[in-house]
Amino acid sequence: MRIVVLTKPVPDPASGQDRLGPDHRVDRAAAPAVLNGNDEYALEAALRLVESHGGEITLLAMAPATAPETLRKGLAMGAHRAVLVTDPALAGSDIRSTVGVLAAALAGLEFDLVLAGIDTSDGFAGVVPAALATLLGLPLLSNAAAIEPDPAAGRVRVRRIIQGGYDVLEAPLPALVSCTQALGAPRYPSLKGIMAARSKEVAVRSLADLGPTRWPVGGAAAATAVVAVDPPPARGATRTIRASAVEAAREIADFLAARRLLP
Amino acid sequence: MSGRVVVVGEVVDGRPTRLSTEVATLGRRLGEALGRPVVGVLVGAGAGEAGASLAAYLPEVLTVELPDLADLAPAPRVAAETAALVEPEDGPILVGASPDGRDVAGALSVLLDRPVLANAVAVEAGPEGPTAVKTIFGGKLVVRSRFVGPPGIVTVRPSSVDAAPADAPGRVVARTATAVALGPPVRRLERILETAGEVPLEEAAVVVVGGRGVGGAEGFALLEELAALLGGTVGATRAAVDAGWIGYARQIGQTGKVVKPRLYLGLGVSGAIQHKVGMQTAETIVAVNRDPDAPLAEYADLYVVGDLFEVGRALVAELRRRRDAGTT
Repeated sequence: MRIVVLTKPVPDPASGQDRLGPDHRVDRAAAPAVLNGNDEYALEAALRLVESHGGEITLLAMAPATAPETLRKGLAMGAHRAVLVTDPALAGSDIRSTVGVLAAALAGLEFDLVLAGIDTSDGFAGVVPAALATLLGLPLLSNAAAIEPDPAAGRVRVRRIIQGGYDVLEAPLPALVSCTQALGAPRYPSLKGIMAARSKEVAVRSLADLGPTRWPVGGAAAATAVVAVDPPPARGATRTIRASAVEAAREIADFLAARRLLP
Repeated sequence: MSGRVVVVGEVVDGRPTRLSTEVATLGRRLGEALGRPVVGVLVGAGAGEAGASLAAYLPEVLTVELPDLADLAPAPRVAAETAALVEPEDGPILVGASPDGRDVAGALSVLLDRPVLANAVAVEAGPEGPTAVKTIFGGKLVVRSRFVGPPGIVTVRPSSVDAAPADAPGRVVARTATAVALGPPVRRLERILETAGEVPLEEAAVVVVGGRGVGGAEGFALLEELAALLGGTVGATRAAVDAGWIGYARQIGQTGKVVKPRLYLGLGVSGAIQHKVGMQTAETIVAVNRDPDAPLAEYADLYVVGDLFEVGRALVAELRRRRDAGTT
């Protein structure tokens, strides 16, 4: 199995330091970058697949030039190599341009499966997997809770989360799967893994290396633009209650009744 | 004729989803504000039947009945048929940000060669055209974005607007399927329903949420009881899901669901940022927690410092008393 895992370095949501710069782009100097949470589930799923079926995992990221440090964690978890598409001209690219770049990068790689997180903690759009699959003509198996490839038969089955249960989907390989937390918790890198990651390859590709992309890239070509950035409307002050359980319960019920929240 | 605002609906069991009716309401108002016609599109098994329901919200709904869609992953076909109904001058194209909606939106962006603004909580008629409003970084910032050039696709988060029917129902126009999805088909072999009929977490008006403090699967029984009394459903933090006390489908937060209920009642929830991103737009937030300094203490409307089981059981008793006395 040759598996490509799409990985996006994002500002660490737990840092509390994530913010936009004056250009309305993510201020990447403000918060430490981490691998996007859902991408770690995708990588964990890939690692388990390679453990049972053999094969190799390539991380693919489109990110600033500082990204190798972030990708190193994925390599320490067990990915075999990484491909980083980085180019100053990519800064400010919108979702569609990003899809075009990832597609061009994938065209230069050999794979049976492409795994991606269902969405990212910074943008939360969740449309890249479907757009990428459509552009590449790959079958899309989204919202995966389990992935069962049958490389000999050239097909993959996925349990797709739907409201109230699952669909069992099947498609021929190669295919693109978007991954959820239900696939299982990502492992921590072992010391051995961390040591090994130091010598693993992070191949850096510029736009020129990729060749033509489907859509123009960069901020100047973006088909969407930020108009305004504001703080959210303030919530009211918090009322804190320290009382006996019975009194607290009465206070809660009064509060809910006053807000017409009791049935 | 100027381009139409297009609302892409979603059919489940012969009905438009609630999110579809919300997006239709948003689309109708946006069309009025922009001075443009609005049209709904429903594609799938049962689309014809669902069209009449969606037409309560829109002046016109185009339906494409696809009975064989039951055996396929729907998004590629829905996107292909939708793309065939969209004229070059149409836009923006509004799609609900459900799992299927995101897949449809992503595919449409390629098929129609249109940009995407994702996860909007509102779409305004700005001076330079439709403007999508979204929050980023877990609600720390509100960002307004527009399209440069022709309007593209906007995905709309659940519970962003209250669905409201139009003054008069619109007409339903059945269209014939014409398009072919790109790429090899994804076949659906089986559907396994475990909790069919349960209110989707994203649609619940009241969500009673348990965190690490609940301590175990049995602890969630109290939350179920409270949820039943409040007319709501149960949710959980990632810690509770990771511990195996409740299923992933119930998880609220960064790698789970985003909810916007009228009431969020958190028991033993600390409210760290990874959870906050999934619930902070709840209209009213009430929390019970032993820790007076948990993050939730800073953004709850009502914060009770106390043992969740003691307060929770007392609340069950109090709610029962009021229900039986009819004093609520």
